[in-house]
Amino acid sequence: MHELGITESIVNIALDKAKEVQASKITKINLVIGELSGFVPDCIQFYFDFLSKDSIAEGASLHFELAPAQFRCRSCSTVFCPQNTIWTCPKCQSQSVEIAGGRELYIESIEAK
Amino acid sequence: MRKIEVIQNILEANESIATQNQCLLDKHKVFAINIMSSPGAGKTSLILQTIAKLKNKLRIAVVEGDVASTLDAERVKNEAVAVVQITTRYMSENCTLIANMISHALQSLPLKDIDLLLIENVGNLICPSEFILGEHKRVVISSLPEGDDKPTKYPMIFADADAVVINKIDFLPYVDFDIPSFRNALVSLNPRVKIFEVSCKTGMGIENWCSWLLNEIKANSQKLI
Repeated sequence: MHELGITESIVNIALDKAKEVQASKITKINLVIGELSGFVPDCIQFYFDFLSKDSIAEGASLHFELAPAQFRCRSCSTVFCPQNTIWTCPKCQSQSVEIAGGRELYIESIEAK
Repeated sequence: MRKIEVIQNILEANESIATQNQCLLDKHKVFAINIMSSPGAGKTSLILQTIAKLKNKLRIAVVEGDVASTLDAERVKNEAVAVVQITTRYMSENCTLIANMISHALQSLPLKDIDLLLIENVGNLICPSEFILGEHKRVVISSLPEGDDKPTKYPMIFADADAVVINKIDFLPYVDFDIPSFRNALVSLNPRVKIFEVSCKTGMGIENWCSWLLNEIKANSQKLI
């Protein structure tokens, strides 16, 4: 249930931003979530509906863009999507990789009136 | 209707509290490690072995994170200088430890009388990888009965680990755990990781683990001067 704390942060960030630009209603929040992060969108939506009640974010829809897991080869810098459990670089066959994508967790934008 | 760009890391609040925690620890010259693993891999056993080996050299305190119960705190309370139990079931925010919980725990610990703080995270290989606590080193324990595929299945926690302890090494004759394949997957993701093969039951390998810990504590205290 670690989505509850995260959702609290999402609501706070969105409300702060809306206040900053003097918006009266938040209609949509666009989020980017990495495939490797342990966060479950349905769970965030569930807590969001509860936490945003009676605020200008109540009823806002959450849009999740799922960022795919990507590895970068430490030898030739090729970025590739890992195929199941095979992490070999498709270009130079090196097996030394670092995580280049898939751990994102941020608010990209809000839509407001 | 207008679109307003935000681009803000949702974990930023946690990360800023973690930075404050580390500043406080550094001020009192307390070295902290965050010990993570699946349930039953041997976090408490490694803590007990570490205290037994180092208690004549260091003043050691423990933070125990559990979803429920104080069983682990009971096991270590006679060995450590101080123990704080965090029961995450009662926390609204999270099931795993987060920086704010550690911030509260630090307030109830006698920091000036502590050299080493061992933080036992909640048994889980996913959630703890998202939340830094202010620790100096991140340690993951993998035990033989769990199987050798954990770095492949949970790459995030292993990619960020400073050290990985392979525990229950005495199980090797009884389980199909391929140590070279575990090491390959781990090093391919994290070439700078230190790997220790230990048995908390027999004490095998604990010496190496403790010397690494002592070296890291020394390196950090030199950095602070």
